[in-house]
Amino acid sequence: MEYSKKVMEHFAEPHNVGEIPDANGIGEIGNAKCGDIMKMFLKIENDIIVDVKFKTYGCASAIATSSIATDMIKGQPISEALKLTNKAVVEALDGLPAVKIHCSVLAEQAIKAALADYYKRQGIDPEPIVGKIEDHDHEACHI
Amino acid sequence: MRFVYADNAATTPVSQKVVEAIIPYMTEHYGNPSSLYEVGQVAHKAVEKARQQVADALGADSKEIFFTSGGSEADNWAIRGAAALGAKKGKKHLITTKFEHHAVLHTMAALEKQGFTVTYLDVYENGIVKVEDVEKAITDETCLVTIMYANNEIGTVQPIAEIGKICRNKGVLFHTDAVQAVGHIKIDVKEQCIDMLSLSGHKFHATKGVGALYCKKGIRLPNLIEGGAQESGRRAGTENVPGIVGLGVAITDMCEHLEENAKKVSALRDRLFEGASKISHSRINGDTEHRLPGNFSMCFEGVEGESLLLMLDFKGVCASSGSACTSGSLDPSHVLLSIGLKHEVAHGSLRLSLSENNTEADVDYILEVLPPIIDRLRSMSPLWDHILEQEKENN
Repeated sequence: MEYSKKVMEHFAEPHNVGEIPDANGIGEIGNAKCGDIMKMFLKIENDIIVDVKFKTYGCASAIATSSIATDMIKGQPISEALKLTNKAVVEALDGLPAVKIHCSVLAEQAIKAALADYYKRQGIDPEPIVGKIEDHDHEACHI
Repeated sequence: MRFVYADNAATTPVSQKVVEAIIPYMTEHYGNPSSLYEVGQVAHKAVEKARQQVADALGADSKEIFFTSGGSEADNWAIRGAAALGAKKGKKHLITTKFEHHAVLHTMAALEKQGFTVTYLDVYENGIVKVEDVEKAITDETCLVTIMYANNEIGTVQPIAEIGKICRNKGVLFHTDAVQAVGHIKIDVKEQCIDMLSLSGHKFHATKGVGALYCKKGIRLPNLIEGGAQESGRRAGTENVPGIVGLGVAITDMCEHLEENAKKVSALRDRLFEGASKISHSRINGDTEHRLPGNFSMCFEGVEGESLLLMLDFKGVCASSGSACTSGSLDPSHVLLSIGLKHEVAHGSLRLSLSENNTEADVDYILEVLPPIIDRLRSMSPLWDHILEQEKENN
């Protein structure tokens, strides 16, 4: 198994690591048993993601996908962030080993979970906008 | 940047002595040992010398040593062979442990599909099988007990002589996968009542692709590989002459320096344990006393093993982990789970395996770079936050 140069760059020096104290959308996905947890913090103003940070427990690809996914949605309107697919994340990293594709799914789902939280805080049902969040149990580690 | 190789349980560098010894068997004495002319006979004699060297290292007779392609082949041969011998007498039960190498466990799984039953013994929290459990598990149907000499991940050494004695008394064949032990701890197959033993050259400074099976005289193990009459007709294929020569040189060298190496390496290992144990939320995996001299295995909560390994690699340290990501499956290593670790703890495992080539400066360097890496990974780990929150709640 070999990681692309891009993955290694984002793993060695991940972008947007940390927390946003006044985040208005927070989402966490994954579980410790599977070996990866991603937590996304969004600061949204006028439907624009003005800031995004993450915390991730997991392997190099989990950290790298978190890093690049946050880069991809930072400064973007919510509508664009909702379009982010795990495939786009994988492409942006110049590919991921087959066994690591689930990390990119986690990144997509973590962003969606944070957006869902944003809508919930405003009393809006997030499901019609964000869709169903696929948080998984251990049996589904390999989504 | 400093380079520290601390993954000697994965493989070892080939020693200079071995390199020098084997080169002539590629350049000058390149003959086929089965050939009658001089250049072949020189190779033949070298193979027989190596056979004697391996036999001497194990307290065996040279006729009881069969060269193989490595440890996995030797394990497969011993287990499949013993199963076939057992089946002839209607004995289709085998006993092993839960934390064997996959060369053993996957062979067992294949035999189960063929109608054999297998008992997988517990190894408890300390990573050591209980002798009484072995005794209790043996039935009239049992054809083989196979228990590793020392575990490859957590380094725990098993009570081989006691198990051997029980098997001998009960008339059951006893095989041990001694791949991690040979060259590092004293073995005597006669004293320890071992019927079959697997070893692999590259774990003690010989080359990759060469190993051996010790098979006690009188055990007519069926062949695994059919073909020519090499290895007394028991294992076909033109001999890996350079590899075999190197195996003989390496095993002799290791046995000559066994005690002094063990003393040096275990002192380095203990220094590592002492230093790394200062890291909070850490634990040592496996018994600290009955342990291979060079094996260090610990878990650090809140971090994931693959990330830890790659960051150590950035600092020039070669290590290993039993996390799911490094095992190539969904689950962390079966070894760590077998000693009762939770998945989330096992994901944060680190194995460092030292050799006599390592120095105190290597150990101090690891202890210098390891804590900041763990701090850094924990600082970005939501799991670490959960662990701290949980503790706050509990207090």
